[in-house]
Amino acid sequence: MPEQLAFTIEVFLNGLMAGVLYALVALGFVLIYKASGIFNYAQGVMALFAALTLVGVMEGQVPFSHLINAILGTEVHHFGWHVPAFLAIAFTMLVMIVLAYCVQRFVFRYLVGQEPIILFMATIGLAYFLEGVGDLMWGSEIKTLDVGLPQGINVWIDEFTFNATGYGFFIDNLDIVASIVAAILVIGLVMFAQYTKQGRAMRAVADDHQAALSVGVSLNFIWILVWSLAGFVALVAGIMWGAKSGVQFSLSLIALKALPVLMLGGFTSIPGAIVGGLIIGVGEKLFEFLIGAPYLGGATENWFAYMLALVFLVFRPQGLFGEKIIERV
Amino acid sequence: MFYREAGDFNTSYAQDQQTFPIKFDRYRYYLVLFVAIFVIPFVVNDYWVNSLFLPFLIYAIAAIGLNILVGYCGQVSLGTGGFMAVGAYACYKLMTAMPEVSMFIHILLAGGITAAVGALFGLPSLRIKGFYLAVATLAAQFFLVWLFNRVPWFYNYSASGQISAPERDTFGILITGPNTEAWATYMFCLIFTIGSALVARNLTRGSVGRKWMAIRDMDIAAEIIGVNPLRAKLTAFAVSSFFIGVSGALFFSIYLGAVEVGEAFGIQKSFLVLFMIIIGGLGSIFGSFAGAAFLVLLPVLLKIVGVDWLGWPTDIVAHLQLVIVGGLIVIFLIAEPHGLAQLWRVAKEKLRLWPFPH
Repeated sequence: MPEQLAFTIEVFLNGLMAGVLYALVALGFVLIYKASGIFNYAQGVMALFAALTLVGVMEGQVPFSHLINAILGTEVHHFGWHVPAFLAIAFTMLVMIVLAYCVQRFVFRYLVGQEPIILFMATIGLAYFLEGVGDLMWGSEIKTLDVGLPQGINVWIDEFTFNATGYGFFIDNLDIVASIVAAILVIGLVMFAQYTKQGRAMRAVADDHQAALSVGVSLNFIWILVWSLAGFVALVAGIMWGAKSGVQFSLSLIALKALPVLMLGGFTSIPGAIVGGLIIGVGEKLFEFLIGAPYLGGATENWFAYMLALVFLVFRPQGLFGEKIIERV
Repeated sequence: MFYREAGDFNTSYAQDQQTFPIKFDRYRYYLVLFVAIFVIPFVVNDYWVNSLFLPFLIYAIAAIGLNILVGYCGQVSLGTGGFMAVGAYACYKLMTAMPEVSMFIHILLAGGITAAVGALFGLPSLRIKGFYLAVATLAAQFFLVWLFNRVPWFYNYSASGQISAPERDTFGILITGPNTEAWATYMFCLIFTIGSALVARNLTRGSVGRKWMAIRDMDIAAEIIGVNPLRAKLTAFAVSSFFIGVSGALFFSIYLGAVEVGEAFGIQKSFLVLFMIIIGGLGSIFGSFAGAAFLVLLPVLLKIVGVDWLGWPTDIVAHLQLVIVGGLIVIFLIAEPHGLAQLWRVAKEKLRLWPFPH
């Protein structure tokens, strides 16, 4: 097999892996959007917040220690214990549920019936708020997150492809784990939405708020549930991205990566988020490898996804799997 | 007692249609202009100009521009930072290519170039609506920043990749570069701000503005009553980008002097200007000023209170600022979705009847 082709295939595979992670973030958006019509810009910051909390709990950091030290002149930093990963994850999940409750109780309850764009702006405000709170609670320096996920090159694939093609593929173990987790998560969410009582109620709310209310579905509960689910997805995404590139502010920018995925797949479709994620992941890696880096000076990944989605939308304004937009006067 | 029409008789159509129909309002407006033009330039120093007045005036122009697009025409844009960058780089290229031409012309030309770019990126708005459009404008944001970062022609092949404003004057008064006088830069920006506000105010109450508002309220209905959506949307994008380009050019050449594109015109800038118009009030020129003033003042105040009075470290104050700005936006959206401008309107209404409210 020629070298160039092997490289391309390797880039393709890595693109697929990256795409799975994008899809993971996009999934959080789709969940909330479907159930409440809120386009949650804060999803990325939620992932950051979850990862920060997880690291903070595992390391036994004192929350708001900077602030406390600044006000009281004390020198507290750590409780001095280390929490095992699974306990810390469970605790972080609890925090995300409390957050979901607070978001619903103190923000969106008062915004029911507002225009979608107002809701969107509220989530941008929420994103700023959460980012500030996260930094105040746990400090803004870059942290490493280690929950025991395997990392580094997968030796088995490397050897296998070297024997088969004469060129060893570099594929990170973490990416493989992330793909598997994302796949499980997606299947789980779809099963939840299809086969459980709460899932059915969720779909009913997504379909028609008033009709759902009239048959006795509690909107409030469903919205808290959906925000918690989005928090859970954010936590998983935060763990994956955090393990990959450290827990830092740039983690919240994955929300920006997920937006073109959503545009491509359609805001209302779970399969759309997956397919869109894969297309964007593969597309941007291949474009960077084949055209961007050799001819355009590199770093095209920043905008390629948006341009792809933009061009795509001109032909199909509701995305790949989105519901057709019917407008009436 | 205040803001009353009583006794204020209009005797011609011109009087009937003036911008500020109520006499009290008009005098207040003249007073503000008088203070801005004849008092402030004589009392300001470098600190006041650089930390308050310049950012306020420049962001006010950007906010007016974005307000035309979002508040009046209903097309949500997250590409403000990118368009400001276009203005800045256009201004830089013009300044270095034609040193002898007055800065006024450069800034206006930079605005014109941005208007063309804005109209180009506005084209998808004919097919894409709502959130999809908001996200699509992010394409402009990221693409433009990348472009100015990667193509050396835009920054004249300078080694650092930055652009820095050379010394230029207008009518013999130095207004860019390190050796400027505070009052000169202030006056230069003030002229553009007043001009922008006048143009925007009159555009939005004329037929163009009415078409924009028709498109905002419902574009299909607007199309049926004879508004051409292509022209309305593209003019909104072009006019809005013109103002944003002017503010970007001023931001670079007068205020900062040297700019690194990703830092000065990143996505954060887009959000900042968007916040200004949300807090100030969508669809209001006064709101643009109020929002700009609010978000320029807030960090300065927080810094004075947090760092200077309480002695907290700067990073905590910076984080607190995020919390406060985010919280305020949510509170504003809940309590008063129409922003400071609505509070102002309500206050005026109250003042009209005060002190006898019945």
